[in-house]
Amino acid sequence: MVGITSYGVYIPRYRLKRKTIFDRMSWFNSATAGLARGEKAVANYDEDSLTMSVAASLDCLGDLGREQIDGIYLASVSMPYANRQNAAIAATALDLSPGIRTMDFQSSLKAGTSALLAAADAVRAGARKSVLASAADCRKAKIGGSQEMILGDGAASFLLGRDGVIAELLDSHTVSYDFTDLRRGSGDQFDQGWEDRWVRDQGHLKIIPEAVAGLLEKNGWRIGDFARVVIPCHAAATAQAVAGKIGAARDQLQAGLFESVGDTGSAYPLMMLAAALDQANPGDKILVAGFGGGCDVICFRVTGDIADLRRDKVGQCLANREEMDSYMKFLAFRELLPLDLGIRGEITANTSISLVWRDRREIYALCGSRCRSCGTPQFPYQEVCVNPECGAVGQMDFYRFSDRPGKVVSFTGDYLAFSLNPPAIYGFVDFEGGGRFFFDFTDCRLEDVKVGMPVKMTFRRRYADAARAIVGYGWKAQPL
Amino acid sequence: MAEGIKDKVAIIGMGCTKFGELWEKSYQDLLVEAVQEALEDAGIEKKDIQQAYLGTVFDEAFAGKSSLPLSETLKLPFIPVTRVENYCATGSEALRWAVYAVASGACDIALAVGVEKLKDIGFGGLPDFSFLLGTKNRVLQPNITAPGMFAQLAASYFTKYKINAERGKRALGLISAKSHHNATLNPRAHLRKEIDVGQACSAPMVAWPLGLYDCCGVSDGAACAIVCRADRAKEFRPDPVYIKSCQVAATSGEEKGFTRYDSTYIEPAHRAALAAYREAGISDPRKQISMLEVHDCFSVTELVTYEDLMISPRGRAVYDVEEGFFNLDGKMPCQPSGGLKCFGHPIGASGLRMGYEMYKQLQGKSELPQRQLKDPRIGLTHNVGGFPAYCVCSITIYGRDPG
Repeated sequence: MVGITSYGVYIPRYRLKRKTIFDRMSWFNSATAGLARGEKAVANYDEDSLTMSVAASLDCLGDLGREQIDGIYLASVSMPYANRQNAAIAATALDLSPGIRTMDFQSSLKAGTSALLAAADAVRAGARKSVLASAADCRKAKIGGSQEMILGDGAASFLLGRDGVIAELLDSHTVSYDFTDLRRGSGDQFDQGWEDRWVRDQGHLKIIPEAVAGLLEKNGWRIGDFARVVIPCHAAATAQAVAGKIGAARDQLQAGLFESVGDTGSAYPLMMLAAALDQANPGDKILVAGFGGGCDVICFRVTGDIADLRRDKVGQCLANREEMDSYMKFLAFRELLPLDLGIRGEITANTSISLVWRDRREIYALCGSRCRSCGTPQFPYQEVCVNPECGAVGQMDFYRFSDRPGKVVSFTGDYLAFSLNPPAIYGFVDFEGGGRFFFDFTDCRLEDVKVGMPVKMTFRRRYADAARAIVGYGWKAQPL
Repeated sequence: MAEGIKDKVAIIGMGCTKFGELWEKSYQDLLVEAVQEALEDAGIEKKDIQQAYLGTVFDEAFAGKSSLPLSETLKLPFIPVTRVENYCATGSEALRWAVYAVASGACDIALAVGVEKLKDIGFGGLPDFSFLLGTKNRVLQPNITAPGMFAQLAASYFTKYKINAERGKRALGLISAKSHHNATLNPRAHLRKEIDVGQACSAPMVAWPLGLYDCCGVSDGAACAIVCRADRAKEFRPDPVYIKSCQVAATSGEEKGFTRYDSTYIEPAHRAALAAYREAGISDPRKQISMLEVHDCFSVTELVTYEDLMISPRGRAVYDVEEGFFNLDGKMPCQPSGGLKCFGHPIGASGLRMGYEMYKQLQGKSELPQRQLKDPRIGLTHNVGGFPAYCVCSITIYGRDPG
């Protein structure tokens, strides 16, 4: 049996009400009134597709030994790098072994389902044992248009394997077409589209049913067999129309995430799948469609093992929210405004690539060392033990801090340090089990931070040097 | 068995420029001015200087590296000249090495001068740290500022000793107000305006909970000392000032990486104090020290320093502050010159500028008589280079009399 053995979800904490956008921009475009419902999830200034994918993957992996993963396939149409494998960065952040297969899946919104299928295929062929398929998107939209309303940021990760399957992948069917509902040239910032009605009539209402029919006919299945059907059209009416076309009842449709998150691109069908799994019962069959450059349709059957898993992942992510009351802040975070960074913010020192390579486990995976002589964990990796009663030289093993809980020792909110979301909050964290360092704090407000409060570590963009195409990825502390 | 340098070396001349935003002065102007005053004060000539030590910190912002900016500016005639740097402890380090040069017998007369010219960088505050912290720290550390790193003392200190936020902020305000008052009596100080505690407490936030009046600004300036062997000092002047101790303690890295330190004090300052009191033969600092110039880069630094120096007991500094123990008219005046806060903090010069205040006070020659303390015998200066969890601290003890 090959299928999903675990899954994880990540939704950024900031939520922007669409009414807030409409109130600011309706003077320019009142036609977006029909979209101004609910809210969208907005990645923090220190997040991107890669960081969100890592967060969802950590949620997926839980306590599983990292050495068991032998592949990671990343899917996104908004990857930070065009030439530097994003999946390899993710693999380093997740502290996976080097002897694995890493791949980036890009360029269409069905990249998420395609990555999931490729992972399952590798396992089925016996070429891989346990592969992470992760999709994330953080797309930019032009100001005042409908895309700005529709898009949301988020990620979902799935582990495919044979051991402890919670949802067996029974079969899939794919049709591939250059159906150009969206297009973005390399180096361009914004997707361009075509008339919505054409996209719906010639795309969603023709291509999705074709792919579904292909799957059902191949296996002699009926649409009524499925407890849940995932149709990734953000407009509820379109999803319902597709459901009608394939003969599915309204109550079979998995609820969309438009009103609470927005259209998260390649991650969207996978996030809806996660929501379906959150509520699924053993024996349920789930149909998932991914649309973009054609259509993937996948059938899963939930097993009894699903009961062992902590669930309501999507619900918990949705509940962890903070209102983004400023539309300008949203534009600033998506780098759509020429902000005055000041002389201090405009210059930045180069990053030593050779140093980052040498110390990659420390920088990207937050690995320090533990002294074999006295057992003290310490960060970063030390040659000489920091314990004043020990001082042993060269007695260290790598020790990972990224998955250890911590506590705030000291903190401040710095209004002088450059930050895209001032004040810059940072301070010292003591880790459970030993070890200490100082970090930026993120996803919190200064007035809520207290000495002694618990934190967990999160992978973020700590700085960006756009002129040199360097993103300084690293770990920040997130107060709980 | 090492004896330390108590009473082996004396200061026979000092100089100090006005500190401030000296747009019209270059670092060369400042060096010449401070050294000239010191030479005249010592009654010697440039040719009598046998070794020289230059203290500068943010060298990339003005002079550049090596000792050559000093040897070239003063046209020193091919003598040993060395640049020293240890963040904000630099000025005291320049003095320490001049003192050791003389104490070792390597030379008879040595000069130490510190200078910093930061007002050519084009923006307020210190230069961008991303260039200055080293290649690994650049990638690993948050984008920190000095106020941000020192401010962390406050949250931890007030939480541990259960001092409510308002009372804590008020104590910090009293510390700054005291220094502001002292600087109104100091013509060389950068800032010379009174402030009251209310102003300090309601000032704009810089790094929580430190506001505008809790943070020293950035100044240009230079200060200089000329030293010789203690048993020859009276050949130059009747009132030399004796070096009782020059101590430095650099962190082992424990505060930053080991979970013992609790962010409510500064460990190297305490270790340097222990060593300095041992070297100087001081057994009861609260009674034996007449006056202090400590590193008040931030008001909260001064607060914990009173305890690091074992003058206030741990957790009791706020009480001493509220009772005026460290005021100009208190039991142990602290920052009689106005401190870093108001005299200014040209980083490489500060340790020596603190020495200048101790020197003039011990000689009874304070520039304005209203600032002259009554019969001071022992003065202590203290610097913190780096930030509380990662620093090197220097302590220098000056005495009016040998023995």
